[in-house]
Amino acid sequence: MIRAKHPLVLGTVMAALAATVAYAAGPDLGAVKQSATNWPAIGMFAFFVLFTLGITYKAAKGTKSAADFYAAGGGISAGTNSLAIAGDYMSAASFLGISGLVYTSGFDGLIYSTGFLVGWPIVLFLIAERLRNLGKFTFADVASFRLDQTSIRIISATGTLVVVAFYLIAQMVGAGKLIQLLFGLPYLYAVIIVGVLMIVYVAFGGMKATTWVQVIKACLLLGGATFMAGAVLYQYGFNPEALFAAAVATHPKGDAIMAPGGLVSNPVEAISLGVGLMFGTAGLPHILMRFFTVSDAQAARKSVFYATGLIGYFYILTFIIGFGGIALLMSDPAYFNLDAAGAFDKLKGMVGGTNMVAVNLANAVGGPYFLGFISAVAFATILAVVAGLTLAGASAVSHDLYAQVIARGRTNEAAEVRLSKIAAVVIGIVAIYLGYVFENQNVAFMVGLAFSVAASCNFPVLTMSILWKGTTTWGALIGGLVGLVAAVGMVVLSKAVWVTTFGNPAAIFPYDNPALFSMPLAFLTIIVVSKLDNTKRAQRERALFDAQFVRSETGIGADGAHAH
Amino acid sequence: MADLETARIAQSPHFKELVHERTRFGWTLTIIMLLIYFGFIGLIAFDKALLAVKIGGGTASLGLLLGVTVIVLAFILTGIYVQRANGRFDQLTAALKRDLAR
Repeated sequence: MIRAKHPLVLGTVMAALAATVAYAAGPDLGAVKQSATNWPAIGMFAFFVLFTLGITYKAAKGTKSAADFYAAGGGISAGTNSLAIAGDYMSAASFLGISGLVYTSGFDGLIYSTGFLVGWPIVLFLIAERLRNLGKFTFADVASFRLDQTSIRIISATGTLVVVAFYLIAQMVGAGKLIQLLFGLPYLYAVIIVGVLMIVYVAFGGMKATTWVQVIKACLLLGGATFMAGAVLYQYGFNPEALFAAAVATHPKGDAIMAPGGLVSNPVEAISLGVGLMFGTAGLPHILMRFFTVSDAQAARKSVFYATGLIGYFYILTFIIGFGGIALLMSDPAYFNLDAAGAFDKLKGMVGGTNMVAVNLANAVGGPYFLGFISAVAFATILAVVAGLTLAGASAVSHDLYAQVIARGRTNEAAEVRLSKIAAVVIGIVAIYLGYVFENQNVAFMVGLAFSVAASCNFPVLTMSILWKGTTTWGALIGGLVGLVAAVGMVVLSKAVWVTTFGNPAAIFPYDNPALFSMPLAFLTIIVVSKLDNTKRAQRERALFDAQFVRSETGIGADGAHAH
Repeated sequence: MADLETARIAQSPHFKELVHERTRFGWTLTIIMLLIYFGFIGLIAFDKALLAVKIGGGTASLGLLLGVTVIVLAFILTGIYVQRANGRFDQLTAALKRDLAR
């Protein structure tokens, strides 16, 4: 199994899941056990779906204006929004992938957890409030505030759609394989169920339904993970030291799991990974959209504070769950595929693959019904995350590309919202199709690529347009494009794609993570091109900065709550 | 917003104070966060042995403690910012809006 050097945790999930499918094809008993239909899980998931469809129905009745559709009328409270933000972040990949990584490598799992978390303070200190003060529905609203609508919307929407596409493919393929394992449903059914439900949530319920689905799932996931971590600690008298000692005594690597292992061997790679995780967070379109659903800058700032706490708490739980997996599952043959002699590989031999650690642990501490609950929550998690991504993609198509670029502002709200719904349906169908096509492809690099593009295109364009007076349309356009092309190009030339997918003998770009190079390149290009740009338009854009600055700093003139 | 109004706000002492303080505070916290995180990554890359050191003679290592500390500090830094923003920055914004209403 590919474990050590993947760009992101989801990489690990995908690789492991791909490996699991290979097991499932085999005739061993473990595989039969995996594909048995899991009725408690399906029952609980069906309940979740019915409940969320009820919410969608209610949200659809209250969704009339564009503000309702894109931004839930601006009436989401800081507490609710923080749960939604945390929910967007606590994907199945973080939950299953990080606990699986902790299970195999111990300490190394923390490297990802910290990397994912530390982007949030940066979002708060530099962009959250300004974003709320300047924006309406999408981050392109903010980036194009004083710059040319057409050019900036094109680059922002392109950045959004590229991030959404890669993230969505990775989630769809992961969903199909995970559900195949957890529920015993065929891959294609699983992908279709996910695709159809996300279309329904987004097209009918808009941001309101998408937010509430995410909030409910976040509560279920936090509750389930808290129970599991609590049950693990309970067995060790709530003494983490006893848990660690038991884990070290069981794990084949012994005491080495308490120290950094092979995950980060190269300093440049480590820092590039960190840059991508940290600044990618500040450029993810489905996350940035959430700042427009609250009433004002105060609510935006509070949501980030609570969300940082929730996400940090969740990562600490996954760490305990991973160690609980080592201590409680590793010596129990019932959770492993056994060879003819009854022996098993503690690290790679788990039934369903290493990413099933959290799921198997649920069975160990809570029995089959809790296993069903955690499986249902994992499914719900994927569903909520893909719904958020679909809404971000649909908004970029309708609000940015259609309304501003194609119709050049000569359209009305109703037509724009209708187009957004059509876009959601199209994105959903495309996602199902791509999920089907990529079933047996290596998609491990795709979430890493999504974060790198977010850090190298969306983040520089957004921050430079808000923070630097000198930024001009040409600067932002060319800089964003350079960042986008550089991030995608470097990943294509890296080992994950150039060697693994295309079968070339050696990688041209030596690192898995491009952000350390592609992000500064984008910033530099924006600065140089803007400095060289002395057109009339550039002069006008610099002159317009003061008005933008006043509004971004004070919120005076900002769009208030849209609730009605 | 009219240019005149913009100029009036931009000239206001409350506005200047708000922008100056918040910009400095935001960037200071940003730099602290970057130092903490890349310091941690730097230790992982360059001094694995140090992170393997046991704390208190038990099983838990220094690296583990530092990793959890990074998570907790990220939360604390956001808390510090929000507290300052809810107090000082919101007061300055309110004062600015009072000035303008006059």
